[in-house]
Amino acid sequence: MGEPLLAVAGLTKRFGGLLATDQVSLSIPEGELHAIIGPNGAGKTTVIAQLAGEIRPDSGAIRFSGEDIVSLPAFVRSARGLARSFQITSVFREFTALENIALAVQAHAGHSFRFWRPARIDRALLGPASEILERVNLAARAGDPAAILSHGEKRALEIAMALATGPRLLLLDEPMAGMGPEDSAQMVRLLAKLKRDLTIVLIEHDMDAVFALADCVTVLVYGRVIATGKPDAIRANHDVRQAYLGADEVG
Amino acid sequence: MHPLLVLEQALNGLQIGVMLFLMAAGLTLVFGIMNLINLAHGSLYMIGAYLCAWVFQTTGSFVLAVGAALFGALIVGVAIEVAVFRALYGRDHLDQLLATFGLILFFNEMVRILWGPTALYAAVPGFLAGQVEILPGAPYPAYRLAIIAVGLLVAFFLYYLVSHTRVGMLIRAGASNRAMVAALGINIRLLYTLVFALGASLAALSGLMAGPIFTVESGMGDGVLILAFVVIVIGGIGSIRGALVASILVGVVDTLGRAFLRPLLATVLSTATAANAGPALASMLIYILMATVLFFRPQGLFPPRGR
Amino acid sequence: MKLARRTTATVIGLVLLAAIPLASAFFGQPFYVDLFTRIMIFAIAALSLDLILGYGGMVSFGHATYLGIGAYSVGILSFYGINDGFVQFGLAIGASALVAFLIGAISLRTSGVYFIMITLAFSQMIYFLSVSVNTYGGDDGLNIRMHSGFAKLIDLDDPVTLYFLVLAILTLFLLIGYRIVESRFGMVIRGAKSNARRMAAIGFPIFRYQLTAFVISGAMCGVAGALLANLTLFVSPSIMHWTRSGEIMVMVILGGMGSLLGPVLGAVAYLVLEHGLSSVTAHWQAVLGPILLFVVLFAKRGIIGLAAGARMETGHG
Repeated sequence: MGEPLLAVAGLTKRFGGLLATDQVSLSIPEGELHAIIGPNGAGKTTVIAQLAGEIRPDSGAIRFSGEDIVSLPAFVRSARGLARSFQITSVFREFTALENIALAVQAHAGHSFRFWRPARIDRALLGPASEILERVNLAARAGDPAAILSHGEKRALEIAMALATGPRLLLLDEPMAGMGPEDSAQMVRLLAKLKRDLTIVLIEHDMDAVFALADCVTVLVYGRVIATGKPDAIRANHDVRQAYLGADEVG
Repeated sequence: MHPLLVLEQALNGLQIGVMLFLMAAGLTLVFGIMNLINLAHGSLYMIGAYLCAWVFQTTGSFVLAVGAALFGALIVGVAIEVAVFRALYGRDHLDQLLATFGLILFFNEMVRILWGPTALYAAVPGFLAGQVEILPGAPYPAYRLAIIAVGLLVAFFLYYLVSHTRVGMLIRAGASNRAMVAALGINIRLLYTLVFALGASLAALSGLMAGPIFTVESGMGDGVLILAFVVIVIGGIGSIRGALVASILVGVVDTLGRAFLRPLLATVLSTATAANAGPALASMLIYILMATVLFFRPQGLFPPRGR
Repeated sequence: MKLARRTTATVIGLVLLAAIPLASAFFGQPFYVDLFTRIMIFAIAALSLDLILGYGGMVSFGHATYLGIGAYSVGILSFYGINDGFVQFGLAIGASALVAFLIGAISLRTSGVYFIMITLAFSQMIYFLSVSVNTYGGDDGLNIRMHSGFAKLIDLDDPVTLYFLVLAILTLFLLIGYRIVESRFGMVIRGAKSNARRMAAIGFPIFRYQLTAFVISGAMCGVAGALLANLTLFVSPSIMHWTRSGEIMVMVILGGMGSLLGPVLGAVAYLVLEHGLSSVTAHWQAVLGPILLFVVLFAKRGIIGLAAGARMETGHG
C-alpha cells in the first residue's frame, strides 16, 4: 500500500477565541472515497480550506503524495494534483460553461503568456473541455453563460472545473448542496463513476449518498474528529449517533 | 539645527496632523461603516473654509462664522447623503469613486460661481492673533496652538462617543453587520445619515481652521483628501485610533521632512543637488512611508478586529 | 458586443476619424484637426486603462502618471537636445513600463480600496516629484522646442501628419487590444476579475499576469503621452494631476468599460462635451459633474451599453 496519498496530522486552526479545527488527523490512501460528515458549524469547510491552501493552519502537517504542502499556496497545490470544489458555487458567471472548463484546462496547459491566438477557438483547450462537460452531462449547455444554468447544473459545473485540472485528489465541499432528489441521484451516479479513477474527499450532509459512496467516514464535531472508520461502523457508533445521526432510542 | 526650531516644526507637524485627523476620522467612519468611498469629503472641507471666511468677512463675528460653516456643511452633507449616497451604498467602489468625482467637479465649480475664481481671504480671529510663549524664548502662534487643542479635544470626544455611548455601539455594530442591525429594528438609514453628518462636520471644522493658514480657493480640498486617504490606509480603514496615530505621524513626518531634509542632505551632497533633491524627496516622503507600512502590514497599523 | 458588430463599428469609427482632416480642410477649420488629435490621444489612454480596469477589474486611479512619463520623456530628452523620435518614444515606452512594473509590483499585492488608494498615492508621489524638480520647469512646465524627428520619414511639424500618426497608433493599439483580451492571457485577466478565488483554486498564479497587464497598459499610455507632448509642444505636471486620472476613468465608463471600443467613444464623447460646454459657459464643470453622476447612477454600461440595449429592444438582439 505504501504511504497514503493525503496524510493530515494534528491540523489546528484558531480564529480569535474560536477553535475551528482541533488536532484533526486523516489518512487517505489512493483510490479511496473518504467522506467527512458532521453537524453544521463543525468546521468541515475550514478543514477543506486548509487542505486546499486558502487558509494557513496554526499547526499541523499536510503531506500530499509524500510532499509537505503546508506552506504551498493554493495555485501550487492545484499544480500538484489537488483540486477543490466550493460549497457555494464559485464559477465564472460571465463565461459560458465551455469557457469555464476551458479556463481550468488552460491553467494546466503550460504558461498563459500567449497574447495572439483567440482562446475561444483554441482546440487544445476546447477538446478536453468538451470531454469533461460530457462526463458531467453538461454538454448540452456548453454555449450557455454559467449564470443562467440551473442550480443542479451549476453544481455539476463546479465539479467539472475541479476535474478539468487533471487532479489526483478531489476535495468536494457539499457537491449536492441545495439539490433536489433527482439531481442528487444524478450526482451520486457521477461520483460513483469518478470514484474509479480518483481519490476523493467528500463533505456531505446527504447521508444516503455518503453511505452509498464512502469507503471510509470521518465524523467532525466542533472541529474535532470523534470517529473514523468504515460506514457501517460509523453508523453504529454511539457517539456519532448522539452527536449527529440522532440517537436511536430502543424501548 | 536649533532645538527650538525643531520643536516649532514638530508643533507645526502636530497641527497639520490634527487637521488631517479631523478629515481622516470622518472618512474612516464613512468607509468603515458604510463601505463607501467618498471623494467629495474634500468638498465639505472646502465648503467649511469658504463659509467661515466669507461670513467672518461680512459680519465680523467669528462665532457666527464657525456656526455658519458647520451648519452649512452639515446641510450640504445631509443633502448629498440622501440624494446621492443612498443610491451608492452596496455598489462597486468604482461607481462610488466616479460618482463622487462628479460631485467634486460640481462643488469646485460652484464655489467659483458663488465667490469668484480668486482666493478668499480668511482672517485669524482677533483673540487668537497673538503668540504664546510655550517655552521661555520660544513664541508660537496662538492660533496654531488652538488648532492643536481643538483637534485633540475632538479626538477625545470621538473616542468617548465610539466606545462609551449607545450611539457609538450602534456605529460599531453597523460596521460589522449592517443587515443584522437593521433587522434588530434600528433605523440604519438614520444611523448612516448621522454618521455622515458627523463626518461632514469634522471635515468642515478642519476646513474652517485651515482657512487662515492655507489659501481658501476652489479645489483646496482635493490635496487634503488624498492625504486623508493615505492616512486611513496607513492607520487601518475603519479605525479612529489608527486615523489619529497615522495622521499625526504623517503630519509630523511631512513637516519635518520639508523643513529639514534639504539642510540635512546639504551636509552630505552639494548644496545645488540638495536644493533639488531635498524638496523632491520631502514631497515623496509620506508616500514612501505609506508604501513601507503597507508592505509589512497590508491592512494598516490598527485594522479594526474582524477584518 | 458580437464580433461582427464590433468590427463594423470599429471600421466605421476609424473611417470617420480618417475623414476629419479632409472635412476640416474643406470647411477651413484647422482647429478640428487639433481637437481630434487630442481626442484620439486620450482615446489611446482610455483604451489602455480599459485593458486593466474594464477587463481586469484593477481600479488603477493613477493612470495619468504614464501620460506624464511619456510626455516628459519627450520633453526631457528634447531639453538635452535629443530630438530623435525613436529614442524619445523608446524612452517613453521603457520608462512607463518600468514605473508601471514598480507600482504594480507593490500595489497588486493589495486589493479593493487599498489598491485604489495606493495607486492614487503613487501617482501623487510622481506628480509632486515633477513639481519639485525645477530643472525641468517644475510647476511652470517645460516648453519643447521641436517635434520628434523620425529620420525624415515622418514630419510631425505638419498637424495632419501628426493626426494620421496618432490615428495609426490608435488603430494599432485597438487591434492589439482586441487580440490580447481574447487570447489565453486575456482570459486569465478576465477570469481574475470575474472570480480571483476560483482562479487560484484551479491553479493560476494570477499576480504575474496582472502585473504584466499593468505594464502593458502603462506602456501604451506612455506612448499616448509622447504623442501628447508632440501635440502641445509643452509638458507640465498638470498632465499627471489626479483629476486627470479621474477624467480618463470617466472616459472609460462613459463609453462602456470592458469593450476597448467603448473607451474610444467615451474619449470622443467626453472631450466633445467638454469642448461644447466650455464654449457655452465658463462654468461647464458644474454641468459635467451632475452628468457624470447621472451616468454612473443610471447608465453604467455607458454608450456601448445603451447601444446594445437599444438593439435588444428593437428585436435585433
